[in-house]
Amino acid sequence: MVQAPEISLAALAPLLFVLGAACVGVLVEAFGPPEGRHRVQVAVALVGTLGGLVTSLLLAGERQVTAGGALAVDGPAVFLQATIAGLGALSVLLFAERSLDPARSAFVAAAAVPAGSPRDRELMTSSRVQTEVYPLTGFAVGGMMLFVAANDLLVMFVALEVLSLPLYLISGLARRRRLLSQEAAVKYFLLGAFASAFFLYGLALVYGATGSVRLADIRAAAAVGGTDLLLVLGLALLVVGLMFKASVAPFHAWTPDVYQGAPTPVTAFMAACTKVAAFGAILRLLYVAFGTSEWTWRPLVYGIAIVSMVVGAVLGLTQTDLKRMLAYSSIAHAGFLLTGVLGLNGGADAAGSGLGATMFYLLAYGLTTLGAFAVLTLVRDGAGEATHLSRWAGLARRSPLTAAVMALFLLALAGIPLTSGFTAKFAVFRAAIDAGAWPLVVVALLASAVAAFFYLRVIVLMYFAEPVVDGPTVGVPGLPTTIVLAVTVTATVVLGIAPGAVLDVAERAAIFVG
Amino acid sequence: MTDFPWLLSMIVVPAIGAAAVAALPRDREALAKQLALGVSLLVLVLAVLATVAFDAGGDRFQLTTSVAWIPDFGVDFALGVDGIALVMLLLIGVLMPVVVLASWRETAPGRRSVRAFFAWLLLLESLMVGVFAATDVFLFYVFFEAMLVPMYFLIGSFGGPRRQYAAVKFFLYSLVGGLVMLAAVIGLYVVSSGELGEGTFAFDALRQIDIDPGVQKLLFLGFFVAFAIKAPLVPFHTWLPDSGAEAPIGGAVLLVGVLDKVGTFGFIRYCLPLFPDASRDLAPFVLVLAVAGILYAALLAMGQSDMKRLVSYTSIAHFGFIALGIFAFTTEAGTGAVLYMVNHGISTGLLFLAVGMLIARGGSRQVSDYGGVASQAPVLAGVLLVAGLASLALPGTNSFVSEFLVLIGSFPTRPVFTVLATVGIILAALYVLILYQRTMHGPPRGVLLDEPEPSETLEPAVSGGGGASAATATVTAPAPPAVPRLRVPDLGRRELAVAVPMVALIIALGFYPQPLVRLIEPAVAATMVDVGADPAGVQPATTDVEGAD
Repeated sequence: MVQAPEISLAALAPLLFVLGAACVGVLVEAFGPPEGRHRVQVAVALVGTLGGLVTSLLLAGERQVTAGGALAVDGPAVFLQATIAGLGALSVLLFAERSLDPARSAFVAAAAVPAGSPRDRELMTSSRVQTEVYPLTGFAVGGMMLFVAANDLLVMFVALEVLSLPLYLISGLARRRRLLSQEAAVKYFLLGAFASAFFLYGLALVYGATGSVRLADIRAAAAVGGTDLLLVLGLALLVVGLMFKASVAPFHAWTPDVYQGAPTPVTAFMAACTKVAAFGAILRLLYVAFGTSEWTWRPLVYGIAIVSMVVGAVLGLTQTDLKRMLAYSSIAHAGFLLTGVLGLNGGADAAGSGLGATMFYLLAYGLTTLGAFAVLTLVRDGAGEATHLSRWAGLARRSPLTAAVMALFLLALAGIPLTSGFTAKFAVFRAAIDAGAWPLVVVALLASAVAAFFYLRVIVLMYFAEPVVDGPTVGVPGLPTTIVLAVTVTATVVLGIAPGAVLDVAERAAIFVG
Repeated sequence: MTDFPWLLSMIVVPAIGAAAVAALPRDREALAKQLALGVSLLVLVLAVLATVAFDAGGDRFQLTTSVAWIPDFGVDFALGVDGIALVMLLLIGVLMPVVVLASWRETAPGRRSVRAFFAWLLLLESLMVGVFAATDVFLFYVFFEAMLVPMYFLIGSFGGPRRQYAAVKFFLYSLVGGLVMLAAVIGLYVVSSGELGEGTFAFDALRQIDIDPGVQKLLFLGFFVAFAIKAPLVPFHTWLPDSGAEAPIGGAVLLVGVLDKVGTFGFIRYCLPLFPDASRDLAPFVLVLAVAGILYAALLAMGQSDMKRLVSYTSIAHFGFIALGIFAFTTEAGTGAVLYMVNHGISTGLLFLAVGMLIARGGSRQVSDYGGVASQAPVLAGVLLVAGLASLALPGTNSFVSEFLVLIGSFPTRPVFTVLATVGIILAALYVLILYQRTMHGPPRGVLLDEPEPSETLEPAVSGGGGASAATATVTAPAPPAVPRLRVPDLGRRELAVAVPMVALIIALGFYPQPLVRLIEPAVAATMVDVGADPAGVQPATTDVEGAD
């Protein structure tokens, strides 16, 4: 007789909330009346994500393994779940913006209609909106929240698929430049499928080496036979799969294309939430399952971190499209985050650990990058968003407030003090130096300097260049985008000037159960 | 009275002022200027009162306040000043109203917002005060980096034709240096947590830990590179002529007058006391850079055709003297170097302002575009002459005292470097006098000749100016076309209000520098004890100064 595993529903509440809301969204999509559906869907999605945020905040301090050992509800899981749910709610608000695009939505009215066909042109001007994106986002958010709590490689793989599949879909839903968007979706899907296969193969090898998919059991087995070739190979493949999701170079090839092609609100969602989820899984895998055999992965992660920082910073220099530029910036930041990951062990006894620092970095970076993409949705010309760098010349004169907000985000991404970006960078670098990885930090600092150049270039264009003739207009954002911008600006400033409380929370949450 | 948070208020007041100026409605430009002037004068008053509250013979750090800021990093919002920092705060207090006044008619390219200019200026003041007043290394770093942003916008939005290039170059050079320093700051923290059991950024605690010599050298280099870029010493200097030339005059005065002093201040406040062994070991290397800077920059200054670049190069030479004084490790030379930091802010500041006044009249930065100005604008010529003479350290001007102290203080320990540096004085006389002679004397020539009235750049206050009636007559009388005539109005009332206090300070500090020396000397002596140098020569510093009169 099969005994049902005990499940603590309270500990799963955030997940249940988000996934439940997504299911409700599907039902609304199927049976709800078309008029007013958009409003209902936004409300359902917001209730789901905010409910997830609130319930995970209520779980703070929880430390348990539940669902038959498949899920770990501990400090990092809860902190990252709250981060994902919060960022997810902000993304939903961006999706819901209806006053910027003349067609009232950033998403295509009927995704299945071939791009450029007469029907497509007809729909282009209609005000029909499509609302599948909300339940899809709900599933993606739910998958991400499951991802960071997975205490079992199989659950981790399921979560990976749950979060990825909706993302592949919503990347292809752009209302304008549809072919580019669809191309992005296909690329993302193909490469993502490869990465999933890597992960799955690694899972199989690790299972072969240790006889278990449970992280705690792998840890125990690795402690005994840490240099087992099968295990090391399995670990490497798992890491590749996860690094792909986190858009770490050299597994980053999809990032610029997908970031550029996907609808900007979706890009914002991916840049913020996917990064958090992927790093949550990386931290858990490396720290819980392979924490005792760190010398098998340290050199690997060390090298990847350097490659990612250098590739992100250097290739970012040559970009002329803002979305691509932010994509390379996200690759560079993934490298900085890995610096924090390498600080894990060194800081175990000292005041600040790499884990807390990395989690703080994820929160700070997620909010800032979300805000930066939100600004991109405001600047438009006849063909949609004007993301080419040259179109932004003299923007400060046309709209000083927009330029100031963008400049703040760019300074934060560059890591200038008194912004959240600096606090976060300082935290991870300190953890890394504490762990003896100072050469890595020197590389990181040089990469920061290089990356600063392309952030600065945008500020130079916005403030110091003459405006272009017939340049883009700056749309007046509706309530949803205004809320997003207000929240992200506030967070970027507050986490830079008075980060004490949040750092403290991250620090106290930085203990895994396993 | 000593309980009043002088330093905090000197940071907060201009920051609030900046916000207020930025929040003014678009059409209240006059109010924005008046507000900026009022705030900067208030900060001057605060600086003076803080000096009164400071006891020169008391503790090393006074007027201290400390609040836990980011407990997880062990960072405190800790402020406090020693004599060195205090005189720098005074310098900021004096320069700021002068700069605000001098920028009154800043005609910015493309009708940039006047409010933005003064708001950035005030924000810069707030951050500069913070840099000198911080006694927590992390806090210092935060101010050090944050200071770049207002200056970046001042250069980039309000500068000359190549302002984009100059602004980015300025930012990137400083940022690279800052990031290298960040690595050293974190390293210092890690070392301190190994030594003390708990990491700290507090300057006083860090000063007392013993660091392994090898690590010390690395950390020293981390700090040194940042400060050498900021100061700038010679191989790291190429950003300054560009920034100095393209920045608006007010920005340029603050750039060389105060911002760059953060570099030399960093040497004496952080490099020496925190890394005494490394400082001693690497001093010859620094001195080579310093002396090379004195000679090389002086030669380059002579070759400049752009007046603002010329003044920027003279500054690089002066920074060489300051670095020489600091790394000679005697109290006398150190005191001279700190005094030099103040004096250079005043004399080079005035030199920039005078050149700016000339450029405002002619609209060109080229030396060759001017000639014979002295016959038309004698007061302007006089101001330029005083500034120039102070810059070449003529006895009776403020710079003489400090340069003399540096040289006699350095000679006992570093005779060769000192003798080489002395050559720089001769070169200084050359570049200053060539500038003065070419622009002010000789036959009238250049852009000021017989040109249509450049009404936008001209100073309209001239007509009401006290000593400017001759110039007004020249302007109003229609010039006969056959005889080329110079149309240079002399200084107006506002410009006089800019120049007179600076000239007065140059002369006053030339004859009576004791109040400043009294503030500086104990702090320098304490630093020399930290670095383990023989603190001899404490006494002669003041007596020799009297002999200099």
